Amino acid sequence: MVSLEELQSRFGEEIREKTFRDNRFIDVSSGVLLDVLSGLKADFGFSMLIDITAIDWLDYEGATDRFSVVYLLLNVETGERLTIRTAVNLPDPQLPSVCALWMSADWLEREVYDMFGISFSDHPDLRRILMPEEFAAFPLRKDYPLKGRGERHNFPVITRSEG
Amino acid sequence: MPLTPVATHGSESKEREYVWTLNFGPQHPATHTTLRLVLTLDGEKVLQAVPYIGYLHSGFEKLGEHLDFNQYVTIADRMNYLSPLANEIAWHHSVEKLLGIELTPRCKYLRTILAELMRLHDHLLNLGTTALDLGGFTAFLYFFQQREHIYDIVELASGQRFHTSYTRVGGVLFDVNTDWVNRVRKFIQNFPPVYEEVNRLLTKNRIFVDRTQGIGYLSREDAINLSATGPVARASGVERDLRRDDPYLAYNELDFDVICSTGGDCYARYLVRMQEMLESLRILEQAIENIPSGPVNIDVDSDMVLPPKPSVYRSIEGLIQHFEMIMPNRSHDVPREEVYAATESPNGELGFYIVGNNESRAWRARTRPPSFIHFAMFPHMIRDHQLSDVVAVLGSLNIIAAELDR
Repeated sequence: MVSLEELQSRFGEEIREKTFRDNRFIDVSSGVLLDVLSGLKADFGFSMLIDITAIDWLDYEGATDRFSVVYLLLNVETGERLTIRTAVNLPDPQLPSVCALWMSADWLEREVYDMFGISFSDHPDLRRILMPEEFAAFPLRKDYPLKGRGERHNFPVITRSEG
Repeated sequence: MPLTPVATHGSESKEREYVWTLNFGPQHPATHTTLRLVLTLDGEKVLQAVPYIGYLHSGFEKLGEHLDFNQYVTIADRMNYLSPLANEIAWHHSVEKLLGIELTPRCKYLRTILAELMRLHDHLLNLGTTALDLGGFTAFLYFFQQREHIYDIVELASGQRFHTSYTRVGGVLFDVNTDWVNRVRKFIQNFPPVYEEVNRLLTKNRIFVDRTQGIGYLSREDAINLSATGPVARASGVERDLRRDDPYLAYNELDFDVICSTGGDCYARYLVRMQEMLESLRILEQAIENIPSGPVNIDVDSDMVLPPKPSVYRSIEGLIQHFEMIMPNRSHDVPREEVYAATESPNGELGFYIVGNNESRAWRARTRPPSFIHFAMFPHMIRDHQLSDVVAVLGSLNIIAAELDR
């Protein structure tokens, strides 16, 4: 198991750890995120990226940052899991892309961008993935209403002759 | 949806004028659901495949933030609709981890049996339709008949054949009876002869083997790098199965093997799924004979589980308890924490990342969808294959668009 001291001595003292049930969370700042992830992959055997997701903390009691981006890692040989969290804020939520480390990050980062508007620098192809290209909002943000803002009614209707 | 130029399109394809583009889907019989691929072809050779997804996007994760833990089960079972109960079990597995609930032994066994039935359910349709797309109609019909028996079993337990919405926080909707147990026993007896027939039809069938062997190769390194899980990863030699490595429910009390292959092609994935069905049958045999007696739901006094309906209708205490569980601000005692829990669904690792917020609905209900992650590796796997191999590779990945788009 990776100890917190090892991580702190290598990636800086501001790394924090938290455990809930059997999940281990490592909080890092967005500046060292890429170093931490590539270090964990190369030297600690976390070879598989299970998932990338984000959380919008708007109006969550006690939250200090607007978004968290979460990377779930797995060590395929030992089965050890680690959750790396980092905070991003408006007006320009941006993180470095990890596509160079894991090919699967491509679509996962596109989904986070599509749903939360968090962009990833150096991503090879950062486009919307689930929502239509012309969609203007980011639907999983907390300030986006459940029923939408009328986009559905204003969808262009393509007739057979035009299509 | 207007198409924007894709950065990954190579410039070389523009120079070669004989390269042509084929739009595959979103409504195509071999995609089975609404998938769309834009294929760049040189004759019949696929130079590039660009998937466009989102046609079935219905905001499941947004709904997860507005429905409570019991209500969201109706959404969860619409994700991978080949194995609805597997999604429900995965959802409530994560919720129960967040709430710190330990299930009763009977419920653990019951959910294990249902999860394995769902694995059969999923593999039966996947293998049947893969054979169907490759020209073998008979296997599909034989396998679909067995699915009907599983539908009947599920209906007897939950009252619903398809979208069962059967699990609840801390248990299930109704307990099962001996009639149900006998049905499962009968299914276990009747299944092997049908399986053998399909095995004889496909496994050494010259056409089927030629269409799948060496097609859609995925190496072990790529499988790990592309986050493959489940049968896709195991067919590429990644020895991981959450049932063994991270045991949940009753799996640590049951004896089964993890099926792996080093082939990495469509045929290997077919073989892994076929063998997994036999292992599921083995698990079913053990579990159905060893279901513990006792209550299926956890204790009502824990204020975590809905009280049984007779007590709601016939006593004031039951009615009050039910009311308290239904009111969003008075029900479960939810920690303000984040949790990720995963189960081995038929398709791979199906996990939910839930953020709790003192109320009985999630602040964030993220699904880790295996179909989404497996479809992302499709362009990588189809490159330089023939056009007719597209359906073979799609079938072997078992892409379910409802889970892909959520």
